[in-house]
Amino acid sequence: MSTFSDDHKFFLKKKRKEKVLIKLTQISIIIIFLLIWELLANYEIINTFLYSSPSRVLDTLINLYNDNNLLGHIWITIYETILSFSIASILGIIIASLLWWNPFISKVMDPYLTVINSLPKVALGPLIIIWVGASTNSIIVMALMISLIISIINIYNGFTTTNESFIKLLKTFKANKSQIFMKVILPSNKLTIINALKINISMSLIGVIMGELLVSKMGLGYLIMYGSQVFNINLVITSVVILGVVSYLMYYIISIIEKKLIK
Amino acid sequence: MEKSILKIEHLKKFYHDKNGEIEAIKDIDLDIYDKEFLSIVGPSGCGKSSLLSILSSLEKATSGNIKFKHNNIRIGYMLQNDSLFPWRTILDNCLIGLEITHELNDDNKNKVIQLLNTYGLGDFIYKYPNSLSGGMRQRVALIRTLATDPDILLLDEPFSALDYQTRLALSDDVYQIIKNEGKTVIMVTHDLAEAISLSDRIVVLTKRPAEIKNIYTIHLSNKSTPINNRKAKEFSTYYDMIWRDLDVHIQ
Repeated sequence: MSTFSDDHKFFLKKKRKEKVLIKLTQISIIIIFLLIWELLANYEIINTFLYSSPSRVLDTLINLYNDNNLLGHIWITIYETILSFSIASILGIIIASLLWWNPFISKVMDPYLTVINSLPKVALGPLIIIWVGASTNSIIVMALMISLIISIINIYNGFTTTNESFIKLLKTFKANKSQIFMKVILPSNKLTIINALKINISMSLIGVIMGELLVSKMGLGYLIMYGSQVFNINLVITSVVILGVVSYLMYYIISIIEKKLIK
Repeated sequence: MEKSILKIEHLKKFYHDKNGEIEAIKDIDLDIYDKEFLSIVGPSGCGKSSLLSILSSLEKATSGNIKFKHNNIRIGYMLQNDSLFPWRTILDNCLIGLEITHELNDDNKNKVIQLLNTYGLGDFIYKYPNSLSGGMRQRVALIRTLATDPDILLLDEPFSALDYQTRLALSDDVYQIIKNEGKTVIMVTHDLAEAISLSDRIVVLTKRPAEIKNIYTIHLSNKSTPINNRKAKEFSTYYDMIWRDLDVHIQ
């Protein structure tokens, strides 16, 4: 460490300085934004009934936490997201593997997957509620609709675009299909699968919120829906802010797992 | 003449696709002798690689026979590109064949480590392929092929992806390794100089559908390493003869 030349030390210092500057600017932007919002609300330039204000959001947050089981709502949303993320990931890998294993099935399924993937899943919401019932199950099904198909497609595409010469190499040693799968397809698609999981966690959260907006008695989606129905904009904005934090945290956790796996 | 290790009789190969069928190999009869270095040259797209694929049973011949001296002759196929798995260390890359054939044990593993040490890759055993140069990667690919202890090595343009200098140096290395290990080699190449400098015999194929046009037994005075062989006085005579056989003209 200590044997760097002055030139290199200068380079490192510059890099560190740049990093600090980026962080400072990021923090300043949010502070300035909140400040302007608060001031505009205070001087009644904007209507707080429609646009709320940072201090009102904070009050709502404290109120939710003290009297209205905020952690319960957050937990329900996280729980539903993790559940549908897990199901979608496991099923996604299994189904993608089956499609790779059997090209006949994959050719048959191709148009169906394309149609289901391009269909706006929210259109299925009413049907799901009627068929599955107004319960947590509906929310999970909704989230799966959104996350599963895209997981299958992404992972399957990774599998089929595996370097041909890797496969040919194993065939020169007379490898069978399961050896090819275990020794080439899976390890060479580690990154593809991790990326699919990253997309999957965001998709699951979108699906869960969509499901909660349609049918629920708890969760952040429920708070947003309830808030808008009783025209409590403070509640809606507070819930959206919490949702932003929750989704960022989930993405952050996946990135940490990603870094561990890639090593 | 030495006893043949492999006999190819009346080999034919057709490829089918929706636009029709293509006759790739018309009729090939060829004996391959034990421990010889045989090269196959021919115009591009003439079916040289098909021949190797059939010999390694990656593809099936349409008709004809391939007879081995005995049933447990093993074939090793070294592909055109090294195909080293970036997620495996050099050692683990070399062990992949043994894993597939369920022959991985400490004995075999030590033999592979020995091979890597002998051929100048000892320092890289636990490194990953991306830290190796093109020439070294190709040497690893050769050792990976040798790991399953094949009797016959099929080389599909093994040096074509390398720059000229590396190519020359590596062909010397590979020649040494193969002679030390006592293998029979069938090499496909389009580089005539490479073929003449390495081979005991050269088979010239016609353009598609492939037939054997000529077989040359290469006798060079002061035969030594491939690089030195290029200086032999017969070298250019062979070159000219094979060049004429190939009848190359740009269409």
